Amino acid sequence: MAPLSNDRKRALRPELDALVGTDGVLSDPDELLVYESDGLTLFRALADFVVFPRSAEQVAAVVKLANREDLPFVARGAGTGLSGGCLPAEGGIVLSLMRMNRVLEVDYDNQIAVVEPGLVNLHLSWRVGPQGYYYAPDPSSQQACTIGGNIANNSGGPHTLKYGVTTNHVLGLEVVMPDGEILWLGGKTRETPGYDVTGVFVGSEGTFGIATKIVVRILKKPQAVKTVLAVFDQVEHASAAVSEIIARGLVPAAIEMIDHLTIQAVEDAFGCGYPRDAAAALLIEVDGLAVGMDAQTERIVAACRERGARDTRVARDEAERQLLWKGRKSAFGAYGRVSPAYMVMDGVIPRTKLPYVLGRVNEIVAAYGLRVGNVFHAGDGNLHPNILYDPRKPGEEARVVQAGAEIMKLCADVGGSISGEHGIGLEKADFMPFIFSAADLGVMARLKRAFNPTNLCNPGKIFPTKKSCGEVAVGYRPHPIEAKGLAQRF
Amino acid sequence: MTHATTEPTAATGPLTLGGLSVEGVNQCVHCGLCLASCPTFSELGTEMDSPRGRIFLIKSLAEGRMTMSDSVVSHLSLCLDCRACETVCPAGVPYGRLIEAAKAEVERVRPGSLARRIFRWLNFGLLLRHPALLRFFALKLRFYQTSGLQRLVRATGFARLLPGTLPAWEALLPRIPAGASRAPLPRLIPADGARRARVALLEGCVQSVVFGDHNRATARVLAKNGVEVVVPAGPGCCGALNAHGGDHAGAVEMAKTTIAAFERDDVDAIVVNTSGCGAHMKAYGHLLEHDAAWAERARRFAATVQDFAEFLAREPLRGPLRPVPITVTYHDPCHVVHGQKIRRQPRELLAQIPGLTVVDLPESDWCCGSAGIYNLTQPEMATRLLERKVAHVLATGAEAVVTANPGCILQIQQGLAARGRDVRVMHIVELLDRACGP
Repeated sequence: MAPLSNDRKRALRPELDALVGTDGVLSDPDELLVYESDGLTLFRALADFVVFPRSAEQVAAVVKLANREDLPFVARGAGTGLSGGCLPAEGGIVLSLMRMNRVLEVDYDNQIAVVEPGLVNLHLSWRVGPQGYYYAPDPSSQQACTIGGNIANNSGGPHTLKYGVTTNHVLGLEVVMPDGEILWLGGKTRETPGYDVTGVFVGSEGTFGIATKIVVRILKKPQAVKTVLAVFDQVEHASAAVSEIIARGLVPAAIEMIDHLTIQAVEDAFGCGYPRDAAAALLIEVDGLAVGMDAQTERIVAACRERGARDTRVARDEAERQLLWKGRKSAFGAYGRVSPAYMVMDGVIPRTKLPYVLGRVNEIVAAYGLRVGNVFHAGDGNLHPNILYDPRKPGEEARVVQAGAEIMKLCADVGGSISGEHGIGLEKADFMPFIFSAADLGVMARLKRAFNPTNLCNPGKIFPTKKSCGEVAVGYRPHPIEAKGLAQRF
Repeated sequence: MTHATTEPTAATGPLTLGGLSVEGVNQCVHCGLCLASCPTFSELGTEMDSPRGRIFLIKSLAEGRMTMSDSVVSHLSLCLDCRACETVCPAGVPYGRLIEAAKAEVERVRPGSLARRIFRWLNFGLLLRHPALLRFFALKLRFYQTSGLQRLVRATGFARLLPGTLPAWEALLPRIPAGASRAPLPRLIPADGARRARVALLEGCVQSVVFGDHNRATARVLAKNGVEVVVPAGPGCCGALNAHGGDHAGAVEMAKTTIAAFERDDVDAIVVNTSGCGAHMKAYGHLLEHDAAWAERARRFAATVQDFAEFLAREPLRGPLRPVPITVTYHDPCHVVHGQKIRRQPRELLAQIPGLTVVDLPESDWCCGSAGIYNLTQPEMATRLLERKVAHVLATGAEAVVTANPGCILQIQQGLAARGRDVRVMHIVELLDRACGP
């Protein structure tokens, strides 16, 4: 796709104005430029229009117009994503869902809420909190990211360890299909017969359509919560403690690891109480019935001590607990204290490989002359190496991309995966062959065609790009193994 | 890369805008955690009206990827400068400084119509710089309000015939109190009982003519608590309104006048009871950091500035305290809670007043839309935010809203009046004055 000519843009503008209102369409070049990136600034791309629908009908009308004009379109939430998933890789229309942010219905007896996609994740918990409920999936960006974006990426969060990811909390969806048809997948009941199309849709990264209403489960807040901070002088010991806790049959709600460099950043940011001289710290949370909570906490503390924890501390009150979590959840942004930019990787590995993989990650990044900070969901083996760099220094971006690719390959090689929760998007489309065969990808491609036969709905994402069609991924640089002829883009 | 955008320039050296440093933009890693804390983004949902988006605009201007177009000007101007984003920013982006530099650049490049320039000169160049003129203007304004002229203007609908935003200005004119309230404070107010500290009190510019009673109450409460208060003669406006309004040069000059006026007294603290002034005076060190003759003086001065509640809450209130049996809710002024990170102290002071019931205000730390002169320059957004604030206030069922800034008081008062609701809006010092007794 080439950018739209000015004539065609001028012709389409009034039509979009009629569909969503003049205050709901952006076409000014400066305003469009602000939408060039999401949370991952490594990728930049321009749309022809950004529109702000307020209802499913308006979304459908814009989608139908895009189909008539053969224009690609992509939905966008808060733009906190970390894989370029909501970028208009090939121009066309961005549908910002930020004005569809209402809680439509809360049914406490049946523990469900119906929300619009632009609702900020944390705002749902705020809304149902006074009645003693909350929404469990808690991505670290939950204070800003939207539930619609969580659906696209099947987002996780620290408490994924016990409560599962977004898909485990979504019962039904109203969807505008890529051809503009509005339909429901699933519903308000726990099980629906036939194929689990809701499950297929969640995590499809905006390539199967646009969710306009979302039925989610809300949970009763646990009766008791205990949060343990365990401090280690060696990363290997912290890794071993994670495995030890799980091996003892304990089921914490969350086990997070935060390394030395990251501790410096979050302590600079908010003074959260992480010891600055630690090599690594584990933030471990148990929740549930009050009965037995202390015993469980003691067993976790004992496991950490036996595996070399220098110090362990249980948060005294809710304020201290919140502060520890604030540090953990603000960590990515806090890298701004120590570096002008970062690229976060999102690999998954078997938990037992943690010490080996963390060591290798350090070696890889050091070999490219860069620094790395680690803060991640250790209990799930969901790594987040954050490669720090300065985009103003010539050549650094390219080195970041190469180091990132090596880390992804490493995760795949130890039997892991190239994404835990951030999605594939643009960033990792070309890494898909690390873990999927041509046959695997073929099944996915056929599934995509069933939903999105014209490929106008968020094109250029997830699937490795085809050079033969003249499409080149934004910001693409050939991977070293591709350059050596060991892997091929298709 | 068919739809790629222009590459950001690999700039060497610090980024500047109109000679002011905006290097702070490089601390933003685009994480977006600020988005939901921003009142304008919350209302509009448009990235250009979010902190992250505005930082991007400022960065793009400095890098030469953008020019100061109409749309860029409109998005920068729509920023409240409430700094709520600074409170949540993990990267520590100095947003307040960035937006002030950007607003100064807007004024430099796009000064606007002759009428607007004259109007700005009247305010920033004349009234705010010359306290005597401000008092004279207040006298005229009081005549307008008490002579029946204002009632006539409003009843006849003449106000609506005024051009541009003047009708909004007319509606928001603060009620000027009688002469006794506008009289300057005595130069020295001795401490009651054992002296705990000696402080200098800022009378302020608009504050001293509109809310002189708050200054009097501040001095009384401080004295009751064993604090000797000196009131330096000479400082007019501290320059906060100029800085927020894009008049950087004026702000620098007024900072120097203020520092010079306060340096004459040897005090433990400089106490300020208006949020924007306090936050701005604490930033003098940064404002004058490149002025060799003033940098050290400014740093020293800034280190002694304290918000009234911040200072008073350092020790328990001296009793006996009289009960104030009403239900109130507390609204955090932006430049107290975000600009100075003071959240706990006012609440601790309120908790000490016997008989007082304090109920939580949802979104208590959200801007009410006053934001300096924002309610005059951006009346539409200001009204949206005011309505949001008033709805929250009314839902609490409180008899009074307690806050700590004249702008918020006027704005929330006006919003409640427009709804015909009889809820008082008070400065926290008024409540403490009642509790501390005569």
